[in-house]
Amino acid sequence: MSAHAYKKKNPVWDWLTTVDHKKIGILYLASGAFFFLLGGLEAILLRVQLLYPEFDFVGAETFNQLLTMHGTTMIFLAAMPLVFGFMNAIVPLQIGARDVAFPFVNSLGFWLFSLGGVLLNLGWFMGGAPDAGWTGYAPLSTTSPGNGVDFYVLGLQISGIGTLIGGINFLVTIINMRAPGMTFMRMPLFTWSSFITSGLILFAFPALTIGLALLMFDRLFGSQFFAAEAGGNPIIYEHLFWIFGHPEVYILVLPAFGIFSEIIATFARKRLFGYSAMVFATALIGFLGFMVWVHHMFTVGLGPIANSIFAVATMLIAVPTGVKIFNWLFTMWGGKVSFPTANLFAVGFIPSFVLGGMTGVMLSVPPADYQYHDSYFVVAHFHYVIVGGVVFGLFAGMYYWWPKIFGTLLNEFLGKLHFWLFFIGFHLTFFPMHFLGLMGMPRRVYTYLSGQSLDEANFAATIGAFLMGLATIIMLWNIIQTSIKGKKAGNDPWDARTLEWAIASPAPEYNFAQTPLVRGLDAWWLEKRAGNKAMIAAEPLDDIHMPDSSILPLVLSIGLFIAALAAMYSNWVIAIGGLVITAVAMILRSVIDYHGYHIHKEDLPDEGREGK
Amino acid sequence: MKSNEAMTKLPANPERATLEGKNKFLGFWFFLGGETVLFASLFGVYLGLRNATNGGVTSNELFELPLVFIATMLLLSSSLTSVFATMALKTNHFKRMIGWFVVTGLLGLAFLGLEIYEFNHYVHEYGHTIQSSAWGSAFYTLVGTHGAHVFVGISWITILIVRNLRRGMDLYTAPKFYLFALYWHFIDVVWIFIFTVVYLMGKVG
Repeated sequence: MSAHAYKKKNPVWDWLTTVDHKKIGILYLASGAFFFLLGGLEAILLRVQLLYPEFDFVGAETFNQLLTMHGTTMIFLAAMPLVFGFMNAIVPLQIGARDVAFPFVNSLGFWLFSLGGVLLNLGWFMGGAPDAGWTGYAPLSTTSPGNGVDFYVLGLQISGIGTLIGGINFLVTIINMRAPGMTFMRMPLFTWSSFITSGLILFAFPALTIGLALLMFDRLFGSQFFAAEAGGNPIIYEHLFWIFGHPEVYILVLPAFGIFSEIIATFARKRLFGYSAMVFATALIGFLGFMVWVHHMFTVGLGPIANSIFAVATMLIAVPTGVKIFNWLFTMWGGKVSFPTANLFAVGFIPSFVLGGMTGVMLSVPPADYQYHDSYFVVAHFHYVIVGGVVFGLFAGMYYWWPKIFGTLLNEFLGKLHFWLFFIGFHLTFFPMHFLGLMGMPRRVYTYLSGQSLDEANFAATIGAFLMGLATIIMLWNIIQTSIKGKKAGNDPWDARTLEWAIASPAPEYNFAQTPLVRGLDAWWLEKRAGNKAMIAAEPLDDIHMPDSSILPLVLSIGLFIAALAAMYSNWVIAIGGLVITAVAMILRSVIDYHGYHIHKEDLPDEGREGK
Repeated sequence: MKSNEAMTKLPANPERATLEGKNKFLGFWFFLGGETVLFASLFGVYLGLRNATNGGVTSNELFELPLVFIATMLLLSSSLTSVFATMALKTNHFKRMIGWFVVTGLLGLAFLGLEIYEFNHYVHEYGHTIQSSAWGSAFYTLVGTHGAHVFVGISWITILIVRNLRRGMDLYTAPKFYLFALYWHFIDVVWIFIFTVVYLMGKVG
């Protein structure tokens, strides 16, 4: 049996079949980064089109496809997998677990997501990308000619299923797999926010599943859900989309909040201020996130009562969010604050996000929203929260956890250059958009006229986009440099507080040779203060059970991919063939026994936990 | 009675005795939570569109309660037999459990047959299709999604029984059967809502 564990594996096969959460995390991060670059490129093309009034760079039709794909890619194919990447790479380590609850499901979630993402982007090469906006409102989406929107509907459906099962996996992992002593109220904030985000995924994504399924039925099978002439009602789609869509915002930003909480506490060298208030605020934001979807639909005309209720619920969210902002500030207050790149992004996030939060409160007032609706003011608002919150969080997390994931340190000089260029470019792009919106420039329109005082702000916004592009190139250069000749990081390069820093960098495949005993909040920091060189073990050294790797998740996902692609062209034989592949893979998974294998204790490195 | 079959040592709740079983148990409950939102969305859509008949046949003219009553009884009975199977699982009577699950699957199959007959009847006698009106779209999507769940359930229990018939009950197989029972209860509960919201309200609402 132990021969199995040390058999040399073909690296390509290994990556295709892995069920190791750390490798799946890297897969998520890599594909998320790829889609982030793609979405960024689309954004830059959009901004070039808007560089001058009545400029003709890509034209109206391509502009619609670019703006649809920019939004869809950034939300579903960049931010989501990057969040999942960090959850995979870090959460099991933070709770002292050897693995996630469902390694197979975890791998399946990744392959479904990534093949769904590929399918979504195939439209570019097969007669036109989706062009009905990232929200895909009916009847625009149901009547859009060609197959563009089909790629949107089926690609998102497949990747959405992947996200949903990933969420279930993390809920169970966090509830059932915590090390002895790791009570709920000792969990690091990133684990907490991943937990609540997973709950939001579980209850929000099925609404999207239905919304997309109904769109698919209307487009492929001639049903009448959203066809007003046959008694259908397109408002239903808007409800379904936003019942999912608003929690989605929190699904993205809560893990970013968790990342900031880790980083700010680590680099202030202080325990996080108001830990339990932070946990409660996170849970409250998650709960209220389901109560506010109608604020995206104030101008639909649902009436003053509905609008008022949802307006008040929306304003309420500012309270727990404010709690979090002040707790971060108080964590830094009186601390010994240092500013490596990770903390620059964290501290830069605070004023940027507060600006986005303020415009959010402005937008929550229905009469005012009638003025802002569908203008660049909204574009400014959500980029301030998504870029200023989520993207800053992901960058901060990258600089902070890179040594734990890859074992090397990113270059700090290039990192700081990345931060400052990105920070300045970000504000240069999106700050003027507030005023563009207030002056009446509508969103999603491919050009504007000169002589309406819109020229300068648009020009500035495009320059800002170039700066963000440059910053991203510097980040890429940093990553390439670090991969080739990066400085080796020790186990704990930041003198940090949580469990993942108690083990080798990168973590061995079994994470913890012995499950650690957790004796309080900031478990690793406590042991270091007590003069211990390692965590106290909660169990004797023993053989370690490992899950079997499997190619079935990939096969299952490819089956669905084939089925979806064939269905778009009404090639039902091939579509059913694809579904058969998926069904056979599921049946094989059920009937083959996966008992896993053991790494014998004699084969562990000395003292186990010191991997190197 | 195979009294000595029950003598082999298994803990009180064999489906949750291992960490793997515990994980599956909890994960499946979460999955059913997600499924609840899925069906809730479909019910919402149905309630929004149930009078959008596009000038065609109405629910009051279409539905025949005797047929639906028989289908409901079949499915409710299958839920009861799956409870018997679960009780046999907990007391470690493997063959009795398999027997009850076979009955459960057969009742499900009968239900599915009635549903196919019903849909066929509506399409050919009344011209009520997924394309004929927004109500038709909502009806076939909601009831059809439930029917697809029944179909998946029947396939699932068939595979489980065939695969594990010779193996018997242990801590590895117990969670597999238990989860099927959970799933089966869930689609039964969904049917009770369909019966009320679609058929009863369609007749008298």
